[in-house]
Amino acid sequence: MSNNLEIDGINDHTFSVVVDNESGVLHRVVGLFSGRGYNIDSLTVSEIDRDEGYSKITIVTSGTAPVIAQIRAQLERLVPVRKVSDLTRDGRSVQRELALIKVQGTGEKRIAAMELADKLNAQVVDSTAESFVFEIVGSSDTLDRFIDEVKQLGLVDVSRTGIVAIARGAEGM
Amino acid sequence: MVGNRLTGGEIILRALGDQDVDVLFGYPGGVTLPLYDKIFQQNKIRHILVGHEQGGVHAAEGYARSTGKTGVVLATSGPGATNTVTGLVDAMMDSIPLVCITGQVVSSLIGNDAFQEADTTGITRAATKHNYLVRSTDDLARIIHEAFYVAKNGRPGPVLIDIPKDVILDTGEYVVPEDVSPRNYKPKTEGDEDKIKEAVDLLAVARKPIIYVGGGVINSGPEASKLVEKLVDLTGYPCTTTLMALGALPASHPNFLGMPGMHGTYEANMVMHECDVMLNIGARFDDRVTGKVDGFSPQSKKIHIDIDPSSINKNVFVDIGIIGDAQGIVKKLIEGWSEKDIEKSSDLKPWWNKIKAWREINCLSYKQGDQVIKPQYALERLREIVNGDDVYVTTDVGQHQMWAAQFLHFEEPNRWMTSGGLGTMGYGVPAAMGVQVAHPNSKVICVTSEGSLMMNIQEMATISKYNLPVKIFNLNNKVLGMIRQWQELFHGNNESECDLSSGVDFIALAKAFGFKAIDIVDPAEVDSGISQMLEIEGPVFLNIAVDRNENVFPMIPAGAAHNEIVLGPNQSIQNVGAENNVMA
Repeated sequence: MSNNLEIDGINDHTFSVVVDNESGVLHRVVGLFSGRGYNIDSLTVSEIDRDEGYSKITIVTSGTAPVIAQIRAQLERLVPVRKVSDLTRDGRSVQRELALIKVQGTGEKRIAAMELADKLNAQVVDSTAESFVFEIVGSSDTLDRFIDEVKQLGLVDVSRTGIVAIARGAEGM
Repeated sequence: MVGNRLTGGEIILRALGDQDVDVLFGYPGGVTLPLYDKIFQQNKIRHILVGHEQGGVHAAEGYARSTGKTGVVLATSGPGATNTVTGLVDAMMDSIPLVCITGQVVSSLIGNDAFQEADTTGITRAATKHNYLVRSTDDLARIIHEAFYVAKNGRPGPVLIDIPKDVILDTGEYVVPEDVSPRNYKPKTEGDEDKIKEAVDLLAVARKPIIYVGGGVINSGPEASKLVEKLVDLTGYPCTTTLMALGALPASHPNFLGMPGMHGTYEANMVMHECDVMLNIGARFDDRVTGKVDGFSPQSKKIHIDIDPSSINKNVFVDIGIIGDAQGIVKKLIEGWSEKDIEKSSDLKPWWNKIKAWREINCLSYKQGDQVIKPQYALERLREIVNGDDVYVTTDVGQHQMWAAQFLHFEEPNRWMTSGGLGTMGYGVPAAMGVQVAHPNSKVICVTSEGSLMMNIQEMATISKYNLPVKIFNLNNKVLGMIRQWQELFHGNNESECDLSSGVDFIALAKAFGFKAIDIVDPAEVDSGISQMLEIEGPVFLNIAVDRNENVFPMIPAGAAHNEIVLGPNQSIQNVGAENNVMA
């Protein structure tokens, strides 16, 4: 066996991390990634249960298999981390992202934007005479596609949540 | 005391008492005044007033490493807290259990850039194993107890508790340690039985084995070292201990090969390179041990025992990783081996013959003339003169540290305190102070050199003030020796900014600090100088003028493999990959 750890390709992995809901915990997780030179492609965090005092962080990162294993081990040794799940490695998962997309325009462009929204299941959540705000939920690829196509139709602003994910099947974390 | 509620200051002292703390290394400040008022009113816990907070942390490290207990530091907010950072990172890198309590400005002022305010938990997040900002006096006792648990359990490390002044002044409920259960932090300590079995099977078929022991064995407690010795006796396998683990196997043990790595012995490095089975117990394949990872021990199957799961497969791929505490796992290895009733001595004969030939190279040889004292000679004489005594040694960082590791021999764990991972110059003097506080009747020697010495020299005043009989063994070469060595070997002998010959009068300085001072320059004076140093009561400073141009050998240049080891000044450095230019 080679001692060289950089032996295979780089893959995306989605981690779900259950943490104590205490101040500084997000900084600890983010600091671990920046301090050890790991990528963060997407990061979301929210409190899940106030009474139980825990939050869930979803992180999409990339690396070779040994780097991914190292990221997991490093996350697990943080004191406020309760559980780490590598959703990419441990089985199939559902991954979703939400985007709010503001499009400005009138006439044909406005109609084309509406048609595109219908096609990709985006909802109108705000409208004025010359603008829409669309809400779209889906895979990151779907969001990318929608955003790409509305660029010609008067795109002015985008907010994205980053990916949230959960394992498929009956088991909880 | 109000009803059965205590003030924050009282809670801190009671919690420390319940955690069996007998000494604090501290420095007072504005926000910790109410706590110092409580310290004044008690005499259960001793407070050592250090000269600088960094010195306080290193003293607590020395205390912790020589006792196996958790060291405790007390600093004020702002500059007091920031001064602890180097010490905290040092403890983090060497896995030393510490609890560092810092004061913080009153809660209502946090974030206002108040006087002596710093974001201490923010600054120390990457410098500690864990840290806390206490929001309420009611949380204080729980957090302190939890901090001690986290510092000591799993892979040990420093934990910081930042306490605003109002939390020290307010009252709250006290809880005893037994009523505090650390919520989720439950490190795995028991090794996986199947993997232990696999490891025994692999060890049993080895023909060219090595047992490679690291600081995890020291941290696991003295019993772990005894078990390692038992395993070495039982198997008859050779054993090397890292810089962190010197003393885990007695240096006098016939199977001991010395230290591996950059300045390790020829035999230890050749064995690491050519072995077929490597049993790593509590070492972390540090780059100073492995050299070039691609060329590290290319033919061996590797077993790695570590309490920190992130250490497994971090630097080097292993075949069997066993997560857990060294003591229990080594015990099970011994049981597994004994059950199999293995007889290895004839199988091992060719391997030991090879080792014998490597040993005969005598890689630590040097030539002592009658003019200039060689640092190796001074240390060798120190070893011979203290032989048989129970001596504690601390070092600073650089050439003297490597010579001390090579030439001083340790028969027991917890006797050798050195800054391994971080390589902190300025560690040695305060660490010796902490060791002497813990062991008032033992001989404590700080091996240092004038560059490092200057970095925490203020603690000589503390040593003097408390009349701690620390002996400072200053190998004075008037140069930053390791810098000069690398400049000579790798930078065309351009001695850039390493000269220290402008000359501090260390004898006058030592006397000013209240030390008895001895100055020697002649090789013929070495023995008498050392004897005097040991005989004089109280703190003694021995200044030994040593050869400025001596280099530490053997040396594996950074980025080279073990078999590219350079034995001495007459062998040129070659065969080294280009990457050594980017490695330090």
